[in-house]
Amino acid sequence: MNKEELKIRLGELFPAAAFEEGGEWTTVTIDAAEWEGFAREIRWAEGLAFDYLFCVTAVDWRTHFTMVYHLTSTLHRHTLVVKVKLDHEQPVIRTVSDIWRTAEFHEREAFDLMGVVFTGHPDLRRLFMTDDWKGWPLRKDYEDPVNMIKL
Amino acid sequence: MIEEVGTTEQGDLVINVGPQHPSTHGVLHLVITLNGETIKKVEPHLGYIHRSIEKMCESLSYRQFIYVTSRMDYLSSHINNHGCALCVEKGMQIEVPARAKVIRVLMDELTRLASHQLWWGAMAMDVGALTPFFHAFRERETINDIMEETCGARLTMNYMVPGGVMADIHPNFQKRVKEFLQFFRTKIDEYDELVTGNIIFCSRMKGIGYLSPESAVSYGCTGPTARGSGISCDIRKLYPYEVYGELQFDEVTVAEGDCFARYMVRMQEMRQSLSIIEQLIDNIPEGEFQAKTKAVLKLPKGEFYSRVETARGEFGVYIISEGATTPYRIKFRSPGFSNLSALDHMARGHKIGDLVAIMGTLDLVIPDIDR
Amino acid sequence: MLSIENITHSIDVWLNRTFSPTVAVLLESLIVGLCVIGLFALLGLVLVLMERKVSAYMQIRLGPNRVGPGGSLQTVADTLKLAMKEGLTPDGADKFLFNLAPFLVIVVAMMILAPVAFAKGTQIWDINIGVLYITAISSLSVIGILMAGWASNNKYSLLGAMRSGAQIVSYELSAGISVISIVVLTGSLRISDIIASQQDGWWLFKGHVPAVISFIIFIIAVTAETNRAPFDLAEAESELTAGFHTEYSGMKFALFFLAEYVNIFIVCAIAATLYLGGWMPLHIGHWAGFNGVMDYIPSSLWFIGKTFFLIFMIMWFRWTFPRLRIDQLLNLEWKYLLPLSMVNLLLTALIAIERWHF
Repeated sequence: MNKEELKIRLGELFPAAAFEEGGEWTTVTIDAAEWEGFAREIRWAEGLAFDYLFCVTAVDWRTHFTMVYHLTSTLHRHTLVVKVKLDHEQPVIRTVSDIWRTAEFHEREAFDLMGVVFTGHPDLRRLFMTDDWKGWPLRKDYEDPVNMIKL
Repeated sequence: MIEEVGTTEQGDLVINVGPQHPSTHGVLHLVITLNGETIKKVEPHLGYIHRSIEKMCESLSYRQFIYVTSRMDYLSSHINNHGCALCVEKGMQIEVPARAKVIRVLMDELTRLASHQLWWGAMAMDVGALTPFFHAFRERETINDIMEETCGARLTMNYMVPGGVMADIHPNFQKRVKEFLQFFRTKIDEYDELVTGNIIFCSRMKGIGYLSPESAVSYGCTGPTARGSGISCDIRKLYPYEVYGELQFDEVTVAEGDCFARYMVRMQEMRQSLSIIEQLIDNIPEGEFQAKTKAVLKLPKGEFYSRVETARGEFGVYIISEGATTPYRIKFRSPGFSNLSALDHMARGHKIGDLVAIMGTLDLVIPDIDR
Repeated sequence: MLSIENITHSIDVWLNRTFSPTVAVLLESLIVGLCVIGLFALLGLVLVLMERKVSAYMQIRLGPNRVGPGGSLQTVADTLKLAMKEGLTPDGADKFLFNLAPFLVIVVAMMILAPVAFAKGTQIWDINIGVLYITAISSLSVIGILMAGWASNNKYSLLGAMRSGAQIVSYELSAGISVISIVVLTGSLRISDIIASQQDGWWLFKGHVPAVISFIIFIIAVTAETNRAPFDLAEAESELTAGFHTEYSGMKFALFFLAEYVNIFIVCAIAATLYLGGWMPLHIGHWAGFNGVMDYIPSSLWFIGKTFFLIFMIMWFRWTFPRLRIDQLLNLEWKYLLPLSMVNLLLTALIAIERWHF
């Protein structure tokens, strides 16, 4: 499916989804509450089959967080970018590690560095930082006068 | 992260493999649960070489941040640099001169060869044959010498810049690469004789660490790891960049999905890289090696993603720009990180010796995983 | 002609003339003991250097070349370094067993030297059950390894020791049966008899195909017994870091290291004795002229030459082959080598009874 077809198909499935113009790939923004159902749908629905989650990014926009999921279908070779907006005070989102196994590590990374909490994650612990680390290093307001070198 | 580990409640033995261990090739720390010699669980503990490169890049300009990425996957530093340069070029809409494109591809393939050579030696060392390591280094040194002449460095090249390459190739470059091609053609047959056909090696590799095509995709495995399971995932073929679309080469896939399949994929990839270099080495177009760019790069507001095929798999660069001279957020999708996540799945039920073989075929580079 | 036999004989005569027979025997034991320890040190130095040089040439390197001419004193320097190092004993270790283990291993290695014939008439103890003695004593070394692995209180060591135990106990069988096939051909357990029976040709050539098969099985089995690659599972540095001697340092580590190399020497010496005639020069049947020429080469050189050739072979294996896995290792022994060596023993018995050998 090309960019437009994908947009129409997803628009039919999820009327609430908001599409972003421009960019290389179809970009869709959805609600955190809808994310699990959306993920299951695009993973298994015929003609979509997004089976390969290749990048999971958490972005700190100071007022809110955005989770960005980059998905590709190895069958149809189309790519989709899904964005989910999260609250800045309590960034909570449903895990997708049961749908795409690779998400388990990527979500742990996002939890470790950004402090996004993934409900239902089988093993949500710090991944890179030590277990007793305080704070979320990749957030914009993170300060660490000892370890951070100002460039 | 340091915890008292002895035995579990079921009486299974818990062993820390690493962070200092001969077969983890760096500071990887695996906590493995054993029942006798049989592995019940493998749990990677990461972060021993975590430098938060993504955070670092947020305060570096678009010219500077490329140099940090050489320190991630240090065995394919050219290709990392290449991915970043592509992403910036995509944002700035810089047209790269034809000469630079060819030089970049040549450098990428030489890097891939050097990386696979090191992997071959290290892989053989993991299963107990020490001699191949030194043989692999003999060839790798030649490539490093060629690189040194042109780029001035042997490991962290920093040769690719937005708009092209940093300097023109050395006058000796073509001659030496041709010499190397001739030399390595004979040596790669030696590799096969020494290791591939060895009966002990085959029995250590065949049927070990099976990764089904479905799991390979689900775990986000890329590169030779996924191609060993029959998944077609070569970025050079699927989403060609630079001159890859015009070249004659095959994407190597082997369907078996075991350690031997992954081994064979890399061995054949070396031959493919040789053929790519052969096609290009006499056809480097004349002209500029770098496009004219502004001194200070400012990416327009927006999001840019570029992906390249490193020696280990798909390397992605995701830049979110707010229109400033530094990226607002940058994310590196490193191939080793996803490949490592499949280790537990592959190693369960095998012996300790197999774990080492499986890790060898995943070709892990720890700074690439930890970033 | 100056031979070791004459030297030992004149020392014996002189001692008996000077002292009473009891004192003479005591003094002789002391001298022999000192000689064995000296030989041990020398073997360790030479073999470690040889291993490093052999591996270096196989790996297109130069190997040690700084200390002494051509690097020949490198191992002396290494030994000095090891002697100067602190011998750590881990906190949770069983101190007594931990410290005892390296000595046990080295004492076992020393004891096997007793019946080995180094040259014509040069043997410490020509015991009438020589071959049996060697097989019996060499199986004791596994106790030292198990002791080291258990007492270290380290999981890697324990795994290494368990592997080593399983491995040595299994491969003893094939090694033993291979030795028996030569005993069957010779009709004697005494080392000197076995060598004398090879007066008109070595057993490797005289004993038809079964002798060749048993030689190959013996070499494979002793490679496994001495924990050498491709059977070095007890150490397996890419899996268990260093296996049973992970926790050892300084001189205690050096003793394990030394015992490994002396064991290689001993098993190769035994293989040379059983299959290649020990110190016996290369004789072919009744070709008196040829045999006479061969006799001009001193017997000690023959022995050393054969032994070092076999040692080189075992080193060659190590630097060429990958390592087996533990289950493959045990499969090889119990499914292939043991049945093969048993059938082979029957064939050898047939040859011995029918006197088909040359």
